[in-house]
Amino acid sequence: MAHRWKNDLTHDDVTPHAAFLNRRQIMAGMAGAGLATTLGSGQARAATLEPDSFEVITTYNNFYEFGTGKDDPAKNAHMLTTKPWTVTIDGMVDNPGDYSFQDIMSQMTVEERIYRFRCVEAWSMVVPWNGFELADLLNMAGVKSGAKYVAFETLYRPEEMPGQRFRTLDWPYVEGLRLDEAMHPLTIMATGIYGQDIPNQNGAPMRLVVPWKYGFKSIKSVVKITLTDKEPPTSWNKANSREYGFYSNVNPNVDHPRWSQASERTIGGGLFARRKETLMFNGYEDEVASLYEGMDLAKFY
Amino acid sequence: MVNTFNTYLRKIPTWVLYVLGAAYPVWLLYQGLTGGLGVDPVKVMEHALGERALQLLILGLAVTPLRQRVGLNLMKFRRAIGVIAFFYVFAHLLVWLVLDVQILSQVWADILKRPYVTIGMAGFLVMIPLAVTSNNWSVRKLGPTWRKLHKLTYAACLLGGVHFVWLVKGFQLEPLIYLGLIVGLLATRFPNRNKRMAGVQKA
Repeated sequence: MAHRWKNDLTHDDVTPHAAFLNRRQIMAGMAGAGLATTLGSGQARAATLEPDSFEVITTYNNFYEFGTGKDDPAKNAHMLTTKPWTVTIDGMVDNPGDYSFQDIMSQMTVEERIYRFRCVEAWSMVVPWNGFELADLLNMAGVKSGAKYVAFETLYRPEEMPGQRFRTLDWPYVEGLRLDEAMHPLTIMATGIYGQDIPNQNGAPMRLVVPWKYGFKSIKSVVKITLTDKEPPTSWNKANSREYGFYSNVNPNVDHPRWSQASERTIGGGLFARRKETLMFNGYEDEVASLYEGMDLAKFY
Repeated sequence: MVNTFNTYLRKIPTWVLYVLGAAYPVWLLYQGLTGGLGVDPVKVMEHALGERALQLLILGLAVTPLRQRVGLNLMKFRRAIGVIAFFYVFAHLLVWLVLDVQILSQVWADILKRPYVTIGMAGFLVMIPLAVTSNNWSVRKLGPTWRKLHKLTYAACLLGGVHFVWLVKGFQLEPLIYLGLIVGLLATRFPNRNKRMAGVQKA
């Protein structure tokens, strides 16, 4: 199993769901925490992060299956049936088959991961996910040697997902990772937020989270996982390959043709929130840069 | 029906439009400051102003065909519609510049590098001479040139429509509806011209 990843964001970086505290109080509290913990650069960086409330995380979503507006998913996702839920794991695995969500959960260790979340549209938030390492799920299925990539697929059910009635994208939504990215301990399948079941608009009951990549790589409401030896197609790459590469790593030095990626707007900070600089690999450079050693990241964007 | 409508419209003074037009951004700002625009008030303001501007531009384009084909007379309000549209485009630009991008060097880079921003900016620039000459004095002073100059509205509308289509991700319906309306309304100008030209040839 892959080595365990140590979180550098703590509960201090999160607004407790139960208590929607006054922003000033939170900021004052964080300033105090920042002075007290001048340990590592990671912690110092974490102390400057703006926390995001449950409300921000669950009402500001891109989930085009429910509409292209940021508030459409929160409005429409209640139509989605998530019980029962089955995930098909197939391709180059020892134990292919249909796994029920409960079945998977009974074998996985769920933990909390507080991650930065950076959208390709140059906005960001901080999310306290609950989930398990994808590596554990892949190991359960038994990855065969020779497999190089993992392909994912989102549910296609237009009667419950009104956005799928219009071809904004080529449905169903598909995504993919290289096997080493998928096995990386930072990569999780999220099943909760703030200790609760993940809301439908955030990708219930089970979604991928790859914190060093733009948000759209973290495919939601996963129904199929396929191990393959070929680079799988990805939805945004199919829609516009010039703008959305297979890797889509957060990189302040490689601009999207329509957005500078050098800085980001933090959601939830109100009308006058300052922009902040975008960190290489979304702040996870120490952990993941080695995966891309020798690659020209401007070419493999 | 249309005549009753026209009678009522004639009674509305144009200043009412200007007051309502000016109140809208103030109301947006108030909502943004008090949490009424959700968790991302900057984008809501930016998009609302841009969409309102585009809707007004389309309404402005519709004034002539509505009068010719439906008999609905909005001519009296056309100037106010155009001026308020310009005001919203300007406010939209300010929100983008001050609240969204914030960094001046990045603003400039975006204008040069991002085609949809370049197009939006071109649309704004095209509207400046229109806004400046939207007074009686200019109409008198410029004479027939004024009519020619104000054909730039067509360019502004097209640039605005393309700006919207280009900035959204994926294949989305709403911006295409706007662009379709703009192209459709511009197309209504061409048969007239053909007829007129046919008339000239006959003569």
